[in-house]
Amino acid sequence: MANVTIRDLNKNYDNGFHAVKDVNLEIRDKEFVVLVGPSGCGKTTTLRMVAGLEEITSGQILIGENVVNDLPPMDRNIAMVFQNYALYPHKSVYQNMAFGLQMRKYPQQEIEKRVREAADILGIGPLLDRKPRQLSGGQRQRVAVGRAIVRHPEVFLFDEPLSNLDAQLRVQMRVELKRLHERLETTAIYVTHDQVEAMTLGDRVVVMKDGWVQQVGEPLELYGKPANRFVAGFIGSPSMNFVDVTINELGGSLCAEAQMLRLSVPPQHQDRARAHLGGRLTLGVRPEALRLASGADPAGYCFDTAVDVVEPLGNEILLNFRAGGAPMVARVDPAVRVRAHENIRLAVDPARVHFFDEKSADAI
Amino acid sequence: MVIERKWKKWLMFYIPMAVFIVFTLFPFYWMAVTAMRPDGELYRTFRQANATPFWTLEPTLEHFKGLLQTTAFPQWLWNTMLIAVVSTIISLICGMFAGYALARLKFRGSEFLGTIIFITYLVPQTLLFIPLADIIRNMQLGNTPWALMLTYPTFLIPFCTWLLMGYFKTIPRELEECARIDGATRFGAMIRIIFPVAIPGILSAGIFAFTLSWNEFIYALIFMSSAELKTVPVGVVSELIRGDIFFWGQLMAGALLGSIPVALVYSFFVEYYVTGLTGSVKG
Repeated sequence: MANVTIRDLNKNYDNGFHAVKDVNLEIRDKEFVVLVGPSGCGKTTTLRMVAGLEEITSGQILIGENVVNDLPPMDRNIAMVFQNYALYPHKSVYQNMAFGLQMRKYPQQEIEKRVREAADILGIGPLLDRKPRQLSGGQRQRVAVGRAIVRHPEVFLFDEPLSNLDAQLRVQMRVELKRLHERLETTAIYVTHDQVEAMTLGDRVVVMKDGWVQQVGEPLELYGKPANRFVAGFIGSPSMNFVDVTINELGGSLCAEAQMLRLSVPPQHQDRARAHLGGRLTLGVRPEALRLASGADPAGYCFDTAVDVVEPLGNEILLNFRAGGAPMVARVDPAVRVRAHENIRLAVDPARVHFFDEKSADAI
Repeated sequence: MVIERKWKKWLMFYIPMAVFIVFTLFPFYWMAVTAMRPDGELYRTFRQANATPFWTLEPTLEHFKGLLQTTAFPQWLWNTMLIAVVSTIISLICGMFAGYALARLKFRGSEFLGTIIFITYLVPQTLLFIPLADIIRNMQLGNTPWALMLTYPTFLIPFCTWLLMGYFKTIPRELEECARIDGATRFGAMIRIIFPVAIPGILSAGIFAFTLSWNEFIYALIFMSSAELKTVPVGVVSELIRGDIFFWGQLMAGALLGSIPVALVYSFFVEYYVTGLTGSVKG
């Protein structure tokens, strides 16, 4: 059991590529932390540096109280699950799982006990004599996880472990991993590019882009209070709608204006938006913060538009339209009957409007 | 599925295939027939009425008997086997380590080193034997099996290194990384994980190396002078062509017996051999 501390971590590759930039993270004992971001954002490199598979250019990594910068992977007491499973093809499932214990000279009985125990947890008991090539994708995934848990490591590292599975199995394994983590109570660092996986699995989520950490927080915190435009757009599906607006004053209160669109600035943003009076900001609103307007909605938060495409998904309907010169999506109740090219009036939930600085993209 | 006309299949597939097979196998058939032909038939000209150039009417094992009794053929076979096995083992061991290093370790000049090794393989033996002969003489290894066991690796090691380097590159890096996290050192991961996984590649490199040294002619001709130390290819040619007389029956019998071990080796490992050349491991 251990916490992992990452201090001012940097990685420069020989070809000059700066993959990880000043990453600072404090991962608590037993916490499940997910690193998420688009490909090339440095999340896997960070994980590999924790594992000891990649050299650290500058900064420190501590597991527990020990600086592990110069320790080889074998001495860090970690276990890692790889995207392609990396099962040893010439060894049986049992031997795959026992390998790490054999290398550490555990007695035969202890190895046997631990492998059986892990196999039971994962439901792969009957497969112990098979070779990896005789297993399905989901079974291989379980063996890879089993190989990690038999060692009772201090930290689990997962590198996109579910990416090679089909969609249905991925959802199932996601839940199982979460359950497993609760049962094992071991610190885990999990890398994925899938924001749904990040949100469902993580106690805390670290969003990365271009080597920088964008925001660290609990899933709902990231969703509700994104620190910048990137996080706002990356977390959530369909992603947040953005419109470039100009802040103007109208009868004593502020409003955000774009082509054919004028919305009042909600009271909680008035003060901060005033600093940008006459300037430009990016307005962000999630698809579910939009609804068909009724008479009760204040006119300042309503606008008119024409629906482009209707996507009836069953549990919800997605309306695609353009407003303020940008394509937007509204997620509305399935009971709503709207046809394509129909003119509609939409209302914005003022409590769920975000503004981002146009240059720095930070939330204001 | 596309249904093709029958004649098309014959024209495009079966007939070219048959031509190819006849073309490839005819020399072997000729070798076998000649080895079993009695002398009387051997020296009969084509124009004679009872000439049967493509088959024999009285097959005989006379030439095989002659070969085994009057020449040192069994001894040659043993020499060839010993030399081929030892030089293959030496080359494989060196090739495995060198190939792994070139495929996996990042060090200054690794690409350059790889190219240099490949170029040494391209230097023709007909040139290389001149400096090698000097070395062999200085080390007083001439006319001993060591002369060949140590010179064959000069072309076998580059070959094995290149073949194995290609194979190691197809093995996912994660296998090794996982082994290192599991508690193996880099060397341990190589021995315990990478080499076992690379067995198809190692076998095919071995088969190739074995065949190359089995069939080698120039070094064997130059470095070995005593009749009882010769290898099969050299022995057969130098002892069974006396002056301008060709002992065709015994020559062919020797060639036939000499090619059997290689054919056996190939037929046993043909599957590994193919996967070894095409590479790829699935995780």
